[in-house]
Amino acid sequence: MKNEALYNYVLRLGDDSLILGQRLGEWCGHGPILEEDIAMTNISLDLIGQAMSLLDYAGELDGQGKDHDDLAFLRFEHEYRNALLVEQPNGDFANTMMRQFLFDAFRKPLYEKMLASTDKQLAAIAEKSLKETRYHLKHTSEWIIRMGDGTDESHQRAQTALDLLWRYTDELFSETSDDQLLISAGIAPSMLDVKAEWSKTVKEVLQEATLVIPTNNWQFEGGRRGVHSEHLGYLLAELQYMQRAYPNMKW
Amino acid sequence: MSNREWPLWEVFIRSKQGLNHKHVGSLRAPDATLALENARDVYTRRSEGISIWVVESNYIHASDPSDADAMFEPSDTKVYRHPTFYEVPEGIKHM
Repeated sequence: MKNEALYNYVLRLGDDSLILGQRLGEWCGHGPILEEDIAMTNISLDLIGQAMSLLDYAGELDGQGKDHDDLAFLRFEHEYRNALLVEQPNGDFANTMMRQFLFDAFRKPLYEKMLASTDKQLAAIAEKSLKETRYHLKHTSEWIIRMGDGTDESHQRAQTALDLLWRYTDELFSETSDDQLLISAGIAPSMLDVKAEWSKTVKEVLQEATLVIPTNNWQFEGGRRGVHSEHLGYLLAELQYMQRAYPNMKW
Repeated sequence: MSNREWPLWEVFIRSKQGLNHKHVGSLRAPDATLALENARDVYTRRSEGISIWVVESNYIHASDPSDADAMFEPSDTKVYRHPTFYEVPEGIKHM
């Protein structure tokens, strides 16, 4: 039971990283400037690297001999457990940075607390990923501040992105009843603690960026249960095309 | 959309402890903080460095290539400025 709970937990983390990494990768060759094009694809590769470690570990827990490729390329939409936030389309640069910022501000405290996990493998993945995530958060925070407190147009675009994406943030902190087992065993951190730090970071950065948190706090959820927005299907079609068209191909 | 270009920055990387920062190239960025981040992303993604300096290109003063004769040629004939006329005593390493 604990293994199944841990499998689901690790799968969620891995899916968040994989789907967001794939989204960011769509910017490759389309960045607003060369430097930022490289920055975004660097972050994308970091996330896909994290997804590989996490999905390999999930496969190990599952015990059916699946590795990261099996889990990434051979599952259908409803089997994905990523939060809705990460599958949302890139939109403009402000939208992409806002999505990334809201996610990084969540991932950093999550990994920080996961360092103390009684599960050694999870703690090791957190340690490696935390260094990358700290940089991601620094980079996206700088951009949110500059866009929010920049020109009228950049402010407007950043505020529109925040208004659009805010509704997907609560889901990041959702917990299942199985998660409680992991929390009481000291394997997973409590999301309440993670959310407290997320809120603090988000408020500080948005305030400096002169952006306003939407007063309408109506929230979407579903991704964690495999109920996704229509966007995920298109993303997976592209991600999985080669493996579906040429089963078992390697390169 | 604004058509103004961001300022150009020169990037210097120290590849390891004890070595000097070396010029590796340039990039565009709106300010120093983002210039450092861009330099990290563009120039150190294959573990090229442990420290970065960025300097706005405006602040670099360069010698004029047309003065090269006057500036550099006179030293070509001053071989005695190279310490090649000394015999290195035995047992001295790292020379």
